[in-house]
Formats: sequence, C-alpha cells, structure tokens
Amino acid sequence: MEKMVGQRIKRKEDPKLITGNGVYLDDIKIPGLLHASILRSPHPHAKIVSIDKEKALAHPGVVAVYTGKDLEGKINPVPTSWKVPGMNLIETKQYPLAIDTARYVGDGVAMVIAESKYTARDAVEMIEVEYEVLPSVANQKEARKEGAHQIYEEVPDNVAFKYVAGEVTDEDLENAEVLIKGTYNTQRVAPSPMETRNSLAQYNPGSGDLKLYVGSQNPHIHRMVLSEVLNFPEHKFHVKVADMGGGFGGKIGVYPDEALVSYAAMDLKRPVKWVETRNEHFQSANAGRDMMVDLELAGTKDGKITALRAVNHANIGAYLATFGPGNPTIDFGLMLSGPYKIEKAQCTTYGMYTNTMSVDSYRGAGKPEVTFMLERAVEDFARKINMDPVEVRRINFASKEEFPFTNAQGLIYDSGDYVKALDKAVENAGYQELREKQKELRAQGRYIGIGLSSYVELSGFGPSAVAGGIGFQGGIWENSTVRVHPGGTVTVYTGTSPHGQGHDTTFSQIVKDKLGIPYEDINFVFNDTRAVSMGWGTYGSRSLAVGGNAVALATDKVVEKGRLLAAHLLEADVESIDFSEGIYSVRGEAGRRKTFKEIAKAANFAWNMPEGMEPGLEEKTFFDPSNFTYPFGTHIAVVEVDVETGGIKILRYIAVDDSGKIVNPTVAEGQILGGIAQGVGQALWEGVQYDEKGQLQSGSFMDYTMPKANFFPKIEMEFTETLSPVNQLGTKGVAESGTTGSIAAAANAVMDALAPLGVISIELPLKPEKVWKAIQKGGAKS
Amino acid sequence: MIPSQFKYVSAQSIEEAISMLQEANGEGKILAGGHSLVPLLKFRITTPGTLVDITRIPGLKEVRVEDGRLIVGALKTHFEISRNETIIENIPSLAKTASETGDLQVRNYGTIGGNIVHGDPVADYPAIALALDAELKVEGEDGTEMMPVDGFALGPLITMMPENALVTEVSFEIPPEHVAQTYLKYTHPATGYPLVGVAAIAGTDSGGAIDYIRIGITGVSDVSYRARPVEEHLMGKKPSKALIEEAAALATEGAEMGSDLFASPEYRAHITNVYVRRALHEVLK
Amino acid sequence: MNNELVNVTITLNGEKRSADVEPRMLLVHFIRDVLNVTGSHIGCDTSQCGNCTILVNGRSTKSCTLLAVRADGSDVITVEGIGTTEKLHPIQQAFWDEHGLQCGYCTPGAMMASIDFLTQNPDPTDEEIREGLDGIICRCTGYEFIVNAVRSAAKMMNEDNAVKGEV
Repeated sequence: MEKMVGQRIKRKEDPKLITGNGVYLDDIKIPGLLHASILRSPHPHAKIVSIDKEKALAHPGVVAVYTGKDLEGKINPVPTSWKVPGMNLIETKQYPLAIDTARYVGDGVAMVIAESKYTARDAVEMIEVEYEVLPSVANQKEARKEGAHQIYEEVPDNVAFKYVAGEVTDEDLENAEVLIKGTYNTQRVAPSPMETRNSLAQYNPGSGDLKLYVGSQNPHIHRMVLSEVLNFPEHKFHVKVADMGGGFGGKIGVYPDEALVSYAAMDLKRPVKWVETRNEHFQSANAGRDMMVDLELAGTKDGKITALRAVNHANIGAYLATFGPGNPTIDFGLMLSGPYKIEKAQCTTYGMYTNTMSVDSYRGAGKPEVTFMLERAVEDFARKINMDPVEVRRINFASKEEFPFTNAQGLIYDSGDYVKALDKAVENAGYQELREKQKELRAQGRYIGIGLSSYVELSGFGPSAVAGGIGFQGGIWENSTVRVHPGGTVTVYTGTSPHGQGHDTTFSQIVKDKLGIPYEDINFVFNDTRAVSMGWGTYGSRSLAVGGNAVALATDKVVEKGRLLAAHLLEADVESIDFSEGIYSVRGEAGRRKTFKEIAKAANFAWNMPEGMEPGLEEKTFFDPSNFTYPFGTHIAVVEVDVETGGIKILRYIAVDDSGKIVNPTVAEGQILGGIAQGVGQALWEGVQYDEKGQLQSGSFMDYTMPKANFFPKIEMEFTETLSPVNQLGTKGVAESGTTGSIAAAANAVMDALAPLGVISIELPLKPEKVWKAIQKGGAKS
Repeated sequence: MIPSQFKYVSAQSIEEAISMLQEANGEGKILAGGHSLVPLLKFRITTPGTLVDITRIPGLKEVRVEDGRLIVGALKTHFEISRNETIIENIPSLAKTASETGDLQVRNYGTIGGNIVHGDPVADYPAIALALDAELKVEGEDGTEMMPVDGFALGPLITMMPENALVTEVSFEIPPEHVAQTYLKYTHPATGYPLVGVAAIAGTDSGGAIDYIRIGITGVSDVSYRARPVEEHLMGKKPSKALIEEAAALATEGAEMGSDLFASPEYRAHITNVYVRRALHEVLK
Repeated sequence: MNNELVNVTITLNGEKRSADVEPRMLLVHFIRDVLNVTGSHIGCDTSQCGNCTILVNGRSTKSCTLLAVRADGSDVITVEGIGTTEKLHPIQQAFWDEHGLQCGYCTPGAMMASIDFLTQNPDPTDEEIREGLDGIICRCTGYEFIVNAVRSAAKMMNEDNAVKGEV
C-alpha cells in the first residue's frame, strides 16, 4: 500500500473547527466563574504614589481588587528562562503587578475580580492611581547613550547583557577589497494571533489541585515556571491548553497575568478567567524582533565575502521575557553567516532595557532578523561590485559536498543543497526574462524590482546538551507514548503543543505507515500536563523534527514488542516474523499470521505472554536528537513601485523551500504561505510604534496594519527535499521558513526597483510615504 | 471592550424619536446602523445616557428623484446604495462610493445617514456629498430644515447637528447627463478608510470647454471639503495635461492636512494632489 | 440608573432564544456568553478582524458591532447553523478540502462572510474574492488557501443550484 507520509491528507482537526465545535479557552464556562480585568499603567515609566481601590471594591459584583503591594511576598517575580553563559546577564525583578514603579505602558498595576466581565471592566475604571511620571526611554540605541535615563539603578547604561560570538579584527576589514557598511534594522512587530492571550484557573481546596487553562505553546514550561512563581508544587499543578487560536511565539512566554489568575483562584477558591483585549495584546503581550544592526561586510571584487562583523542592539523591553536573551545572541548571533562559507564572522549583542513591553520570540526568532541583515547586505555588495545577486550567492554558498558544514560561528549544519533551491527559484521565476522586462519597463518610466533572499535556519530545537551549553533553562528533547487499546486502536501522547499546525494529521500519517492500521484508529493527545509526561512544546520549528520523530520511535518500539509477542504466539523465531500492513506473519508462510488487532488484544489480556514480557502494549520514547536541523531555500519577490506615490504592488512571489522530508505537502504549504504573509507583512506594513518616551502609539488594528487577503498575489511555491541525517524521518522544521525568507526578498525587490533613482536604504516597514520620501531625496542626489 | 451603561429606547416614528431625545436631557444619541457609534461606545470615547434606536421607524430607506435631486433615506445601507438602480442611473459615483465604503460586513449595516451625520473626516460619502451640494433633511423639535453638507462638519466628530433632531434624508444634486464621474480612493491599509477619497464629476460643452466641474475631497484633513480652487481653475477651459496638472496642484489650498502613524501632513497633501490629478484625467478623458 | 434590563429575543439557528440583558450588551456576548453558542469568536476591539461575523437576516455582520437589543426579532445564523459534521455546508466542505484553516479561530467568521459574499457574487474572480475577504483578518494562512476555498465553494454551490434548476 502507498505510504501516507508524503501525501496530501485532509486534516483531521478540521471537522470540529469548521462546525463551531472547537472549544477555545473563552468558550469554557464553569459554574461560579469569576472574571478578571487588569488595570495597566498608562505611563512608560512612573512611580506609583498611591492606589485607592475602595470605590472599585464597593461596586456591586466586585469580589476582589489586588494591587502589587497586596501580593508582595505572595507571588515571586516572573523569571527569564534563557541565560546564555558569558553574557553577564543582569536580571531585574518582574513582579506580577508593579509594586512601586511601572516600567512600560501596559505594566499591570491592579487587578479586579468580579462576577461578570462587564462589571470587572466597569470597576477597573473606578480604581484611582496617583502616578509620579519618571523620565523614560524607548529606543535601544538611545538607551545606551551617555546621559540616557537609567531604568534600573543596578543596570549601568541599561545594558542587560553583552555577548560576543566569533572574532573579526579591524585588519580583516580594512584590508578588504570591498567593504560595505550598513544598518539593517528589523522593527518591532506584534505576533498578533487572532485569539489573544488568556487563562482560566480553578482550584480545588479539598484536593489542593490547581488546574490552569492557559494560552500556551508549551504547557509544561508554564507549569515548571509558574510552579516557582507561585510556590506551588508541579505534582498538584495541572496545566491544559484548550483549542488555541494561534501563537507565533507570543504564547511561549510565561506572563504575570497567568500567575495572577492562578493566585486569585486559590485565594478566592473560585474559578477565575481572564481574556486579553486586542488593545492589551499590543500593550502587554511579548513583541517580536526590534533589533538594530550595524554590519560591516568585507569581500573581494570578484564576489567572495570574506568577513562579517555585526553589532546588534536588541531591545528587550522593561523586563526579560522567557526566551528574551536567547533570540538575539544565539538564534541571531550564531547564524550571522547564513548559508555562506565565510571565514570570519563576529556578532556583538547588546541586550537593552527600555521602557517598552518585553521582546521575545516571534516566528523565526532571530533568524528572520539575521537573514534580513545578511540578504540585504549581499545585494548591496552585489550592486557595489556590479555583479548579478544570483551569482554572488552562488559563489559564496556552502556547497552540498561540504555537509555537515561548520559555519563561521561553529554551528554544524546537518544537510543542504543551496544551489539547487536557488536554481529552482531562478528557473520558476524566469529570472533572465524578468531582468529584461525590468529594463524595458524602466525605459517607459515604470519601476519593477526583483529581490532575492536565500536563507538557512536553525530549527528543530534540538539536542539538550547544547541547550545546556547555551543556557536554555530546560531540555529540548521530546517524548511520546503510544498506547494500544485492547481493540487495536491507538492513542498517542506527545509533548509538542499544536495550535493550528496540524500535528494530529501529520503525526497520524507517520503512525499509520508504521502500524498499518486505519488512519481513523489513531488519536492524539497533546497540551495537557497530566496526560503527557514532560514535554517542551511547540516553537523553533521543532514539533515534527523532534516530536514527530519521537512518535516514530515510540511506534517502532510498539511494533517490536508486537513482533516478540507474535513470534511467541505463532511459535516462530522472532527473526522470521515480518510485519507489514498491520499483519505479523512468519516469513514464507503466509498462513501463519496475527493481525495487529489480535496482538493488541493478546498483549492487553496477557493470557499467554512470553516469559519475562510485561502485559500491555504501550511504549514510550524520550528522543533527544543529535543536532538541530537546518532548513533552507530561496525566495524571489517581484514588485512594482509607483514612484509618484511610493505605493508598492507585489506582482509575483516565488518560493522554493527545503524542509527535508515533507510529511504532508498541503499542510507544509500552508505553513510556508502563512509565514510569507508575516514576513512580507513585516517588510511592508506592520510595526509596533512607541514615541521616543515609550508611549504606545499603535494600540489597535486601526494603527497596526495586519496584512489582508487583497495585499497579496498568488504565491508560487515549490519544495526541494534534502533529507536531514539527524532524525529517522529525515524531516526539518517548516513553520518559520516562510517568514525567514520573505522579509529580505520583499525589501530587496523594492530596493532593486529604486536603485536607478539613487535610493540606497529605507527603514522597515516600507510604507509608501517613506518610499516616496526616499525617492525625493535619492532623486535629488543623482 | 465593553460600553459603559446606557438606557436604550426604540422609536417607532420620527416624532417619537424627537421626544425621546428631549427626555434624555442632552444625553441622548441616535443609533442607526451603529457602525460609527458602537466602536466609540466600546472604547468609552462616547458615553451617552440614552440611545434612541431609529431603525424601526418606517420610511427612512426610500430612494426617489424629486425636482432634479436624488433623495436617499438616511437608513439606506452602503450595500443597498451600491446596488440601487435609481442611484446607479443618476449618480453612479455615489454607488461607487458606497461599494468602496468599509468592508463586506460593514456595508450591510452602515448607513449613509450615520456616515455623514457623524462628522467623521475619514468617512467616504462626504466627498461625493460635497461635490453634489448634498443637503441633510433634519427633523427636530424646531421643525424641519435642510442643512447643506458643506459646512455641516466643523471638526472631527463635531457638527452643526441641532439638539434633539435627526437626519431622515440626504438629497443630492443630479448632475447633467453629459458628465463623467468617479470616486477615486487611496485606502488606508489598516482602517480601510480613505487616506484620501476624491469625488470628481466633470463635463465639457460642445466646444470642448469644461462646463461642469465638481471636486469633493475626504480623508485627509479634519473636515472633508469641496476643492473650489481646483474647480474655478478648470471652469470654462479646454482640458489639457498641463491645465489638469495646474488645477490639481490647488487641491489642498486652504485645507489643513491631518496626520497619523501611516501618513504625515506632507504626504497627505502630495497624495491629494496626485489623486485629484488622476481623478481629473479619468473624468476629462 | 441606566442598567434596567431589556428583553432580547432572536431566532438563533432556527430556534427562538430569549433573555433579559443590559442594553449595552454586544450581540457577540449575547450569543456566546448568554446563549452559550460559542462558535463565533472575538479577535479585536475595533471592528476590524471580522472573526465574529454572523448572518443577521441573511446578511453578514460583525456581531461585536451590533448591540444585542438591535438584533431583537432578527433571524440570526452562526457557524453552528449552517451545517453539521454529517452534512457540511459547501463552504465548510471547501474550507476543509482546500486547507482554508489552521488554528480555526477566524474560520467561522471567514466562512459566514464568504457565504454572504457568494450570494452577492456567485461567480467571482480571485481578485474579487480577495476584495470580498477585506473584512476578515487571518494570521495563519496568508489567505491563499481561503481564496481557494471560496472559489471551490462557489463552484459547488453553483453546481448545487444547477441541479436544483435554480440557475
């Protein structure tokens, strides 16, 4: 029978979700449920002089009002979970509600608990807070300047950490034939899952159990960290994730709100729910990117890049987020040289405290930023030496014979064929014809641009020993349990936490191929710390590469135990038992056979087991891969710029991605498409904006442009398949590739269109006004 | 996002609506489609004491032609206007404006009356309403009066609307048959409102000279406006590329450009000039 | 005080439902929290995302932008009322077939808007579909597979009508 892995299987998840039978957190109603609403600081930095909560407390329907002082000593600060050795991290204390000082717009100041959400909202307005406004700073480079306001006494120059990876000397650069210096900033964006953050806590005073539903990409990490924050033991703490409306990194972090809701539920002995508003999401959900990068690129006139030296000022916000310190230093810093064979690379990262919301992972987390920097710079370099950008990439790529390939910072890429993906993209785009058409149109005063971006990503987190080495406060293996029921159907448990990625479907495809039982007979359980033993969640494109392979390995164990039992029951040598399409048979004797269903029953009944074999058919694996996986690809964007208005129209978008073995092409394409929308969104439209003091200006979808359907043309997609040698299935991550590849492709296309007008650089996002102004300036210069 | 508390009453007639407003003691507000009002209620930018729902009053959805003017009932929705044959036949650019207002769902509920009465400078209709000397039929405690749209809005959400009154109809001048017309919109990518919306209606006489020219502009400034300097520059002249260029350059004369995260006053002014020029080329082909 | 309750009665997915609520209650809260029909979701505060889109008297609307009291007497249809897992509505079938959803949060709203869109424009071009989806924000899909789904639903619905002799 044809294997299911590699097929376009329709998703198992969907019948529920398309009929309104999904159960998202806010759909959960519990008798006696209370509702929380949080009062947040309207100031970027202010001393809390006094809080008068009497009026709110007296309001009918209000059950409790908490302030930071009320909770002092009762809830611990929320810590970061990524402390890279050598970064000299100064971790400050983030209390669930600010006690004396609020440090960003959105910092929690008080929380109301009421019988209805309408009442909670009304009562929040009745709390009177006297603030003393303090000086503040929002921009990370400003924060490091002499005389900048210091946010914490114990943090000189607002530098939370400094981390240097690699070494490039001045001579390496000065002696170069060609030296490019540029600034390549990726602006702050909001992950913006359509379902905002939320939590619902329920405490049983009789059993002492605490159950927390939370919008989380990693419920076990939530349990582990909140257990410390709340001084509440993990074995009594049950964390669950309902159906979840997206995450994109914004729901990795462990947040104050979740601790508050848990505390209130225990304190009041009633269930408490909190649902973030969209406005709150902009204020107090971790943001992404916000890296300001100054790069020096050295190369030869014939196109060889010889050294890269970058200084990254990473805005980490007022407090360290869960993965905050790791993204700029590891994911960005160690990937500086991308897919290229460059001898020397150095990245110095300053993690800067500012009076803004914390910055954490957002789809790609460091890789989109570094790819944007490198791919913009490569095209600047190509333009400078007057060489086709395709050619420059070809010259510098690590070649497929060199894998496993060690990059300039010491990371070992598992497998790759970068030229193949580039060639395919160039071919699919009709690159040469596009260049000719570009020339023709320019003669007519029309400006189209062709932008490329070749990327490689560090994904599929990863080996746990490496996690330890880079200070990640946890493991990054994954576990799976395959439980075979007496009737032969199967329930599989894994520690990854899908929320739209389709693991139910793709993981079932893997199990189906191995067990040969009907696809419908396989069920998955995720997102539940009581059902699933320890697991590390869904981020870093790790679910299939690590979790999916754990499922494969656990299923293999089931097959092998079944084989032993079959051999026993069939009175044959184990070596002579074949297993195929769900049937154990004695080789060469088709009549001597046991179906998987029969074995399931036999194992569960245990009437006749081989000596020493335990009853049951249930196997567990803890899979810790030997390396990360490194997906790659090339994207090409074609745009037209209306030079009169600065408006940009995307004419075509061509993506060739290589994520190793593709389990379900439709699902994988969905991941690429969604990723591209977010990357192009960053390049052209999105942006969280603070004023220089840290007052939030983009607090809704009225100010923050979310990409819509009519912003895009049809995307032309294709995969190449270069298998990963570090896992059984040969899979790599796929979820972040679209985003990682697309920011630079879109930006390069615009810069390519404007090159004849003398425009060299425009800050993201490439809003029409900025484009128009750059043309005015560039045009005047030329 | 949850509105603060208010009292709700539903009027069955215009007279009842007026007396309900009177009873609200200056704290009353009219609720029609609600697509301008409810978002303000949710953010508690507006906190009325009483909402007077007028959607159950019969007869406020009529469309008719009367004395050379097109009359549209205040409760006509954007979707209905975009598909109404009398409107398409007489003022196609009004139908076009309606079809580009908001999005699919908003067009089903938002009404022309609410859109204009609100005095929102980023609404779409004011462009065409100003261009065609639209008047609002205002019925209130002091009787019925016709108020020109030009001069009705004084600033963002501030209007000449008298207390205890409601708009029941909007009437437009029907331009002569020989004109061409358009509504050209530069859509703000986040809000869907016009960064600039230009209604342009123009025609030429048998000698080729411009004998009818109307330009209404919305979106860019605190108050939507009629671009009279542009009209005056064009009137009576034969259209040419140079003439249109000159005229379009006058499009922001006397208007103060607004500003938001998406666009500065400088850019708004530039885009207004460009869009007026493009609109003129479209109607003066 | 201004919080005297008002009675709101609607026909929700074919069933008469009634409750006394504050006049300020939004229709989306009335349906989700009072009537406990939770398929329609809230994704923003500013009437942008359309994740709460439902049909009121046959036309799509954002239920966060309508007061419940305004819908009194109306016929309301949510995602729960268009089809079941046994008998999917063509739009549901198409979203499933074409992988038009990932997390599924915006999906009910996107489908309800699409139903209305296809009644207004039964044979749309891709460009018209993209315009028609202007009132929906989806963060997962990049929209392309939603566009495919709407196109595919149009085809199914037109064939359906052809069979019934309605075209």
